[in-house]
Parts: sequence; C-alpha cells; structure tokens
Amino acid sequence: MEADRTLDCMGLYCPMPIVKTAQAIKELAPGQVLEVVADDVGIKSDMPAWAKKTGNDFLGVEEAGGEIKVYVRKGK
Amino acid sequence: MAEQENMTLVVFSGDLDKALAAFNLANTGASMGMKVDMFFTFWGLSVIEKGSLARGVKSPMQWMMGMMNRGGASRRKLSKMNMMGAGTHTMKGLMKRYRMPSLEESIALAREQGVKFLACTTSMAIMGLEESDFIDEVDDFVGAATYLGLATEGKVNLFI
Repeated sequence: MEADRTLDCMGLYCPMPIVKTAQAIKELAPGQVLEVVADDVGIKSDMPAWAKKTGNDFLGVEEAGGEIKVYVRKGK
Repeated sequence: MAEQENMTLVVFSGDLDKALAAFNLANTGASMGMKVDMFFTFWGLSVIEKGSLARGVKSPMQWMMGMMNRGGASRRKLSKMNMMGAGTHTMKGLMKRYRMPSLEESIALAREQGVKFLACTTSMAIMGLEESDFIDEVDDFVGAATYLGLATEGKVNLFI
C-alpha cells in the first residue's frame, strides 16, 4: 500500500506506537496516508481502535518478515 | 469526529509498576483524543513529588513517614519482588532494553499530551506536604468533590 509518510516503531511497545502515531498524524493533511511499521503484535488491534476513536480511517495491515505495517488515512 | 470523551484516573498507589500502568493508560487515552485527568492521592502523591524533604512537616510522625517513604518518581519501587531494590533495578534494566519509557519519561509524555495532574489536599495535609514539594507539572490542588465532578463526566474512571 502507498503512503505519504512512514513512521518507524520497530522495537517499541504500547503505548509508544500509538502515541507517536497521534503526534505524526497532526503533520499530515486530511486524506494523506500514514504507514506505521512495528513488531508489537498489539498494533493490529490497537490501530483500528485508535483510528475509530480519533476519526481517522484504518486502511489495513501488511505483514512481512517480522514487520507489521499498518495504514491510516487522516480524516477530515 | 465524535464528541471528546473524558477519562479520569485515581492514582492511590505509590508503587512503580502501578504508576507505570496508570501513565500507560493515561498516555494512550490522551493519544486517542480523550481529555485525561489524573488525581493523585495518598501514596500516589509520591509519584508527583520533587523528592526533596517535605516542607510542611509539623510532627515527628510526619517527618518519620517522610523519611521512610521519600517522594519522587525515581524512588518508586515495584509492588512485588522489590527485593530490597534489586527487583526494581532489574525491572528498570528490562524496561531500558525493551525501549519502554521510564516513569519520569511517561510523566513528561503525559504532560506533552495535555494530561492534567491534580493533587489531593487532604493527603498532603496528613503527610505534611506543601505545594512547593510537588513537581511543576501539577495543575491544581483539589479535593474529592473536584475529582468526582470530573468522574461523573468520565467515560473511563480507574482506581489504581
């Protein structure tokens, strides 16, 4: 999946990936996509939950070689 | 986006592990757009103290309590397996290895995200603590009614 910005959260555990996502999303314009790369499996459910609460769109997950990539699009 | 949700936490415990859990939840709540208020009471006051000797001490008992339970985030110990400090030290080492924020870092992060820190005046009085004994980040010194006023609006209210 394409993204406008990538946030590397490899090696970081909850709540850091989510906290960093909240900070990073501020710098995006509505409609832009943020890719977060992490290896804490909790992110697969944390990110959809976070997106729902904050009015952003969770686009999906891609996993490969120990990396979990989650995609969020900034809402209006 | 939906209306902002409120979250409150009563931090009653002064244990390191419980304080970390409280801040993890507070920080996550804040990152999810919630308004987060933390009410520090009883042993929880030690988490937000500067750690210098209490100024408002008025009796020998208070002085002794203060000496036996020095304040400050850096002095907090595990609730179990502290093992005279060895357990706490080991835990801090593990946290570093797994790149988890320390209690001090979690406090700073909470601040950055707009989490509010409230200190319980009753507990302060009992322990001989004054406003100047607390870190600058404390927003206000309040009582239970203030906390409950916030909690009645809170979607998530936790006692730690």
